[in-house]
Amino acid sequence: MARKASTSLIPPLGEIRFTTWFMLIVLLIFALAPVLTEITGTPFYLSVATRLIILSIAAVSLNLVLGYGGMVSFGHAAFIGLGAYAVGIPFYYDITNGFLQFGLAIVVSALFALVTGAICLRTKGVYFIMITMAFGQMVYFTFLSLNEYGADDGLSIYKLSQFPGPIDFTNKVQLYYVCFASLIVSLFIVHRLVNSRFGMAIRGAKGNEERMRAIGFNTYAYRLTCYVISGAMCGFSGALLANFTNFLSPEMIDWTRSGELMFMVIFGGTGTLFGPFLGTAVFLGFYTFLAQFTTYWQLWLGVLILISVLFVKGGINGLIDKIEGVVRKRPVSAPAATPAEAKDE
Amino acid sequence: MSEPILQIEGLVKRFGGVLATDNVSFDVAPLETHAVIGPNGAGKTTLISQLSGALRSDAGVIRFKGEPISNLPPHQRSLRGLARSFQITSVFMEMTVLQNVALAVQAHRGHSYRFWRPAAGDAELEAPALECLREVSLHERRDVRAASLSHGEKRQLEIAMALATEPDLLLLDEPMAGMGREESERMINTLKDLKGEKTMLLVEHDMDAVFALADRITVLVYGRVIASGAPDEIRNDEAVRRAYLGDEGA
Repeated sequence: MARKASTSLIPPLGEIRFTTWFMLIVLLIFALAPVLTEITGTPFYLSVATRLIILSIAAVSLNLVLGYGGMVSFGHAAFIGLGAYAVGIPFYYDITNGFLQFGLAIVVSALFALVTGAICLRTKGVYFIMITMAFGQMVYFTFLSLNEYGADDGLSIYKLSQFPGPIDFTNKVQLYYVCFASLIVSLFIVHRLVNSRFGMAIRGAKGNEERMRAIGFNTYAYRLTCYVISGAMCGFSGALLANFTNFLSPEMIDWTRSGELMFMVIFGGTGTLFGPFLGTAVFLGFYTFLAQFTTYWQLWLGVLILISVLFVKGGINGLIDKIEGVVRKRPVSAPAATPAEAKDE
Repeated sequence: MSEPILQIEGLVKRFGGVLATDNVSFDVAPLETHAVIGPNGAGKTTLISQLSGALRSDAGVIRFKGEPISNLPPHQRSLRGLARSFQITSVFMEMTVLQNVALAVQAHRGHSYRFWRPAAGDAELEAPALECLREVSLHERRDVRAASLSHGEKRQLEIAMALATEPDLLLLDEPMAGMGREESERMINTLKDLKGEKTMLLVEHDMDAVFALADRITVLVYGRVIASGAPDEIRNDEAVRRAYLGDEGA
């Protein structure tokens, strides 16, 4: 069964998993978001949706290393910062070519991932978490001390990234669709990646690194490559974020941001394709709605985390799988070829 | 006699004050089945780990196919044709049986920087993997998750993964560990099938298995080689008898 699903392009409808259905519907709604917010006269929610999509891309990139690769990076906000400043600093010198800015965001993030990853990946477990966080904070304090670019006052971007042709980021709908398309492309890239030979090497290294080395894999090199890809993708999301907020400040890359990203991934379901998106949606949903009623919205978020960690294995994605198991009256163990499998040891 | 495939000379491993491997030297000839036996704590697994590269040696030389490999990391030893199985079952629990073996095949089919084509359904990986599964009679369980296998089946899978790397030398660390009689017999049969085709260095507690399989036996006690020779010689060796009768201090 699993085999069929992975080789033929369109599996029989009965075999399409609930999570896939759910995501198709959710993505469809998001594809229509500009129309929906226009009809209902709530443009504010388009901006919420844009932020959600951008942070999802960052969460998707973190999930690549955390969920599939077992590398618990606590410094991913640094890549968002590098990507954002790769838009902001050129703007400061009147360079607003979008290709240049986004290219710079990707290259700088990838390089930073290469250098710091080469060091971090020599450590394991808690040490890896701490050292990634340390590098993240180094980026934070570096931007904090750059007086030329606003330091802790931040840097306003009056002119967004310029692209030739019809793409205009000042148009909120266009910006939204660029972000949306970027998310779809990111999801597709991760999907192909984790099921490729490279992906199998990464997932194997997560499950049993000693065994991987014994059968002939240089796990360090594969992990580093994975880390670089993830960093580049996260940097890209940072460049989008800069265009969305029109404003940069070191505060957006503080270590608590890295923690939020981790929350999004874990709450959505680590090592699942759509989990990071779902987790981001819940996080921003809480932020947007609950914050209207109480300043202690994070308290309720904490309660939710406790519930999810204690009772639902695999986050929201796991919850949907559970529902599927009940409805279809058979235990849903993910087909091994799909990413959902790599959820835990 | 032909050139030995594996030469171990003066190998030493210290853990603090404990000499786990004490100046161990012996050879393994091509296509022979060489067993290493010894009481608990004799340093058998340590020796295997030193040979596979999981542990660094403090002194001594390991030559594999004539070349020193003492300073190579584990994955490069594997790529040169040295495969190991683990005493404590070490497979990829969340993957299927076939995926486990296909991954081992993949490791030896060039680099894995192939980011786009799905690995599942790739005949270049799965055909040889199935072949290895057949050799250990596990092919009917190909789509079962490794975590759902019985203990004996997991051990068989270990062997299949080692075979998938097309090794010139198999290091088998207690393949019969924790097995019931029936499972043990199945494993012995699997290894008998491999005997004569593959060079094997077998570390084992199960004496029936050792005497049924080994061409030569090396006896390790407290990290030291106390005897080495054909099964009959070992059976009648005075020092070995003493070691196994519990009179180890003598």
